[in-house]
Amino acid sequence: MAAHLLLIDDEQPFVETMAKRLGKRGYTVATALSGEDGLKALDADHSVDVVILDVKMPGMDGIETLKRIKAEHPLVEVLMLTGHATVASAIDGMKSGAYDYMMKPCDIDELLAKVGEAYDQKQARETRILEARARHIELRRGD
Amino acid sequence: MSDAHYYQGLAKSMMFTIILVSYAPLLLITLIAGYQYSVAYRAKVDAHLRELVLKHDQAVDAYLEEKVEELQVLAEAVGVERLRGDAGVARLHDVLARVHGSDFVDLGLVDCKGVQVAYSGPYKLLGANYADAPWYREVLERKVFISDVSLGLRGVPHFTIALLVPVNGQDWVLRTTLDFIGFNKLVEDILVGETGMAYIINRKGEFQTTPRRDMSGELSFLRKLAAGRAGDSELAHGRASMTVETNPATGRETLFVTSPLKSGDWLMVYQQDVDDAFSALDQARNLAVVVLLLGGIAITVMAYLMSRRMARKVELADVEKEMMNEQVIEAGKLASVGELAAGIAHEINNPVAIMVEEAGWIQDLLDEGLDQDDNEREVQRALRQIREQGVRCREITHKLLSFARKIDPTVERIDVNDMIMEMVEFCEQRARYANVAMEASLADDVAEVEGSASEVQQVLLNLINNAIDAMDPGGGNLDIMSRMEDGVVAVSISDTGCGIPQANLQRIFDPFFTTKPVGKGTGLGLSIIYGIVHKMGGDIAVKSVVNRGTTFTVRFPAAESSETVDAGDGEEL
Repeated sequence: MAAHLLLIDDEQPFVETMAKRLGKRGYTVATALSGEDGLKALDADHSVDVVILDVKMPGMDGIETLKRIKAEHPLVEVLMLTGHATVASAIDGMKSGAYDYMMKPCDIDELLAKVGEAYDQKQARETRILEARARHIELRRGD
Repeated sequence: MSDAHYYQGLAKSMMFTIILVSYAPLLLITLIAGYQYSVAYRAKVDAHLRELVLKHDQAVDAYLEEKVEELQVLAEAVGVERLRGDAGVARLHDVLARVHGSDFVDLGLVDCKGVQVAYSGPYKLLGANYADAPWYREVLERKVFISDVSLGLRGVPHFTIALLVPVNGQDWVLRTTLDFIGFNKLVEDILVGETGMAYIINRKGEFQTTPRRDMSGELSFLRKLAAGRAGDSELAHGRASMTVETNPATGRETLFVTSPLKSGDWLMVYQQDVDDAFSALDQARNLAVVVLLLGGIAITVMAYLMSRRMARKVELADVEKEMMNEQVIEAGKLASVGELAAGIAHEINNPVAIMVEEAGWIQDLLDEGLDQDDNEREVQRALRQIREQGVRCREITHKLLSFARKIDPTVERIDVNDMIMEMVEFCEQRARYANVAMEASLADDVAEVEGSASEVQQVLLNLINNAIDAMDPGGGNLDIMSRMEDGVVAVSISDTGCGIPQANLQRIFDPFFTTKPVGKGTGLGLSIIYGIVHKMGGDIAVKSVVNRGTTFTVRFPAAESSETVDAGDGEEL
């Protein structure tokens, strides 16, 4: 099963085309044109696994958005998209919990590879959480 | 270079200052000391001359008195009876001659009828009748009479002392002739300097002593002097009174010290040319003048050389400073170009990313086949999008190119409003990302200014960037205003940012002063702006309230109206 993606970028043509290309590859893609919209979309749609987030946006910027996402949806993995000038902030972003960063413009296959890794990590974490819950239930049952 | 004039003026003013400061005290001291010295010296010379004359005056008076008293004593002691015979007079004359040398030339006794009844001396004057002689009439009245010097009957200069000796109601007169030479010596010896000399005249201005040199030319003048003295009782009796007159014989200022003798009958005169009397003073004055002159020349030469050297050094220092400024500005330009490049790269990155995506999308569609669904239309749209983004890139690069082209210091006329709009456009993207609302309110009547477009650009860009930085994070309002203020173009850039603390306000224009973390800012921006604005003859002011915002106001002098501007670039200073 392919990952559910959310694209957050202020450049509308970029978001649209990217969404189409990802959709063609079998991903379910939601889009948002600002940090705030992205957060709303996450609140509305809990199926999102990986967020592809632009660092430099007017209004709420990428780092701020990332922090909010990590605070409100800790399990969602975030991939930062950055221009050269903001590599430093992308690295800051990773310190705040982003899975990785990619330079814009990026090759779609590399992006998808990273998305796949992030999705796998998310899956693994969720599996561990489920296992932990199962163990907890077993312990409670006491056999 | 029009600066040559400035440095010449600087050298000149320095030179005059040095000359004034070093020469004025010299002159002042010389004048004051010279004046004091001359006053003191004159007083001393005056006192000395008065003293001299007084002393001799007393000596002469004492001499005459002594002779009279001697005669008196002799007459009383010897008695007229004993003198009546020639032998008596001769013996007395012998005694006098033995004691006094040749002072007493002769001695005679005259009876009440004026006939000389006894005589001792080198001339044959026994029986001479003096009844009509003026001295005889005088002595009868005054009891003692000393005559003026005259040639008399014998043709040799002499003067007579006559003494009335009353014996038993009968008047006898004892008379003696005194040698003129001995008397003359008393006065003649007063010789001071080149022209100083003394002599005695009587009321009629006739010489009683032999003056040192021929004074015939001065006779009438002396006569007047003597008469004036005699007429004016106070002066005649004022001992050692001093006047300065123009001597008609020599035509020079001459100092006269006069003192009355013989109860005012005679006048002792000391005269000396003023120049001679005060020759030491003149020498001192000449020496002072020479020293002043030489000192003045030395000071002037030194001042000239020194001021020239200093002006040269100042000029060199200024040139060096100018070069440093240029270098700092150049470095600042590089820094701002670097910042700009980063911003531009990011701005270009977005359209490039879109183009890459669109290209990828076309590739995807081609892989799928153009005949599928409406893939062809989708490819057309993607291509259109690529073209649009390409145009966007081109605009950005053109903006950058135009900016780069303008980095040259050539002075030209600049429309400030145009430039503000250009810069606002330039910074729009950055402001948008920083959540800054930029607003420009430009007055219509803003005059053009003269300067380097790239430098003015740099000023505005730096101030706008600073304002945006000041509002980071959180954003705010950035207002740019242009207006005319008393013929000066004023541009205000106000932000609603963090403000500048009072302590930092004085230092913000210092080179390398920055509050940004290491690696973030060079601290050159505002100092470069300051340099540029001042080079253009303008100024820059700042008002700031912490946490409320900051307003930078730059004032540029308006360029002259276009008809006169081609006259020259003298405004560049």
